[in-house]
Amino acid sequence: MATQHKTSRANHTWRMFANHAATGLAVLSTILVVAPLVAIFLYLLYKGASSLNLAFFTQIPKPVGEAGGGMANAIVGSGILLALGSLLGVPVGIGAGIFLAEFGRGGRLANFVRFTADVLNGVPSIVMGISVYSLIVLPQKHFSAFSGGVALGIMMIPTITRTTEEMLLMVPNAIREAALGLGVPNWRSVLAITLKTASPGVITGCMLAFARVAGETAPLLFTAFGNQFWSANINQPIAALPLQIYVYAISPYDEWHRLAWAGALVLILLIVVSVALVRFVTTRGVLKGAN
Amino acid sequence: MVNSKVQEARVSGPPVSPMPSPEASPSGTESPGPSAIRQFLLTRGNSALTDRSFRWLMVICALSIFFIVGLIATELVTRSQLTISKFGLSFFFKSAWDPVNGNFGALPFIFGTLASSLVALIIAVPLAVGVAVFLTEMCPKVLRGPLSFLTELLAAIPSVVYGLWAVFVLVPILREHVNPFLMKTLGWTGFFAGPNYGIGMMAAGVILAIMILPIISSLTREVMTAVPHSQREAVLALGATRWEMIRMGVLRNARIGIVGSIILGLGRALGETMAVTMVIGNRPEIVKSLLGLGYSMSSVIANEFSEASDDMYLSALIEIGLALFIVTIIVNAIARLLVWAVTRGAPPRVA
Repeated sequence: MATQHKTSRANHTWRMFANHAATGLAVLSTILVVAPLVAIFLYLLYKGASSLNLAFFTQIPKPVGEAGGGMANAIVGSGILLALGSLLGVPVGIGAGIFLAEFGRGGRLANFVRFTADVLNGVPSIVMGISVYSLIVLPQKHFSAFSGGVALGIMMIPTITRTTEEMLLMVPNAIREAALGLGVPNWRSVLAITLKTASPGVITGCMLAFARVAGETAPLLFTAFGNQFWSANINQPIAALPLQIYVYAISPYDEWHRLAWAGALVLILLIVVSVALVRFVTTRGVLKGAN
Repeated sequence: MVNSKVQEARVSGPPVSPMPSPEASPSGTESPGPSAIRQFLLTRGNSALTDRSFRWLMVICALSIFFIVGLIATELVTRSQLTISKFGLSFFFKSAWDPVNGNFGALPFIFGTLASSLVALIIAVPLAVGVAVFLTEMCPKVLRGPLSFLTELLAAIPSVVYGLWAVFVLVPILREHVNPFLMKTLGWTGFFAGPNYGIGMMAAGVILAIMILPIISSLTREVMTAVPHSQREAVLALGATRWEMIRMGVLRNARIGIVGSIILGLGRALGETMAVTMVIGNRPEIVKSLLGLGYSMSSVIANEFSEASDDMYLSALIEIGLALFIVTIIVNAIARLLVWAVTRGAPPRVA
């Protein structure tokens, strides 16, 4: 009797120990995950803020050896590329999302489309880069902002499609029926009633896709290519913020490293602000009422 | 009945009303009678066409996704014909990379991609699962929101910024502190030997681990929250400690989904380009030591694509891209199926 008591006591101690150890390990891993994030942000803030000045936003890169200069052309170039990408990605993505949620529900075609969207989402960005290169750049025989925009646009489509679909599915059927019952044609009911009800979520999806491609470098290496000068011509190579950061980061010059940090800070602020905005909108639960 | 009425209403103009309603008579007030019906039916008739074209427009949008993926695949296959027909499968098993003499083998890059991804998984998986366990089962409610936001923020940082940070912060730390320690304690295994550059397979693995952590942990969290509460309550009711509850009630039920999320993280690590290119060392060699320099499939494309002067060289690089494309499709498909099996296919198992 006594021995049994003893073993169960030891067993109990062991179980308590395992419990505490597991808790400790979970806390430790959380700290280990959050630490690099905080480190990256603080270092970026420290390095970036000290190198950021007005010239960064107003001037184009100076030749090697000269101090100063900025990335004004790269900021504008990124803007143009992202606008081109959104022009392609947003309508196609939302359209495909509408198809999945409103017309294809449960059908075989819808399942295939959904699966292909996931496949497209998993295609490495560098592969996207060489595909667009051989599709557009090789036949045209020159790098162009247009091809960069196409690459970014294609990368936006799957994210937008899947979020649009999810958000549209959250819209209760009663709303659709009410619209149709009032004699509203289906296409107007989809656009003006269903899509409008789901619009906060759909916008979230678009912003997430936007934030994701805003930092993409690999698909632009062989499409937009980069440019040291001003260019707004979509048939010419164009500068982009992530590309410029990459080129400067692997260069051997301190002055260029400084600019790379400043560029990284600007890029990340752009992305974090849009992600935070999205989170703010979604956690306020505009859609929760509809559910 | 209804149809004939429609016909009638459409044929007859507004002045001739086949079915005068009470209000439409002498009083002279605006009548909502037949003309309103006609109006309605007319728009209805128009909208049949617009409805159909709208539907087709959406179908075209959806089909364009197929089209794009198909286009990518055919483009990659046709542009890599040269090396496919010249080297065949041996392309993937040769370690020669000699652009000058037109002799190409992708083995060092395949090795580099696999090794750096493996290092990343070894580091990231325990941490990611730990974070997921902490956030779903242990964390005080106040901390849950901010902490999950922070881990999601990790996913929003662009690859090139990770690379920048790795080059200027991570690599010096590895070179000065971590690598000497590893060489001293684990040098005898052969995995941590040789010259300590700082950059190399180890640096690539660590930065990849940081990058795939948020993907694995957020998906793991998703599958863990999908485990029904009754499972947790049942285990707790048997007198389990919290850890036993997590192990038996949650992790065991979610394990397929967790494996799925790990594979999804692997898919991301395999295709990751910029950060890896900046720290892996870019030398097409196969070395046993993790401190040695390497090269990955994506970084060889990033580095050499624009200087590939002849068709054979270009074809070799595109074939590496094709291999990357196929591998990531397979990896992602498996992962999606596993995650999907847990989050969607598992309603609370009662019976």
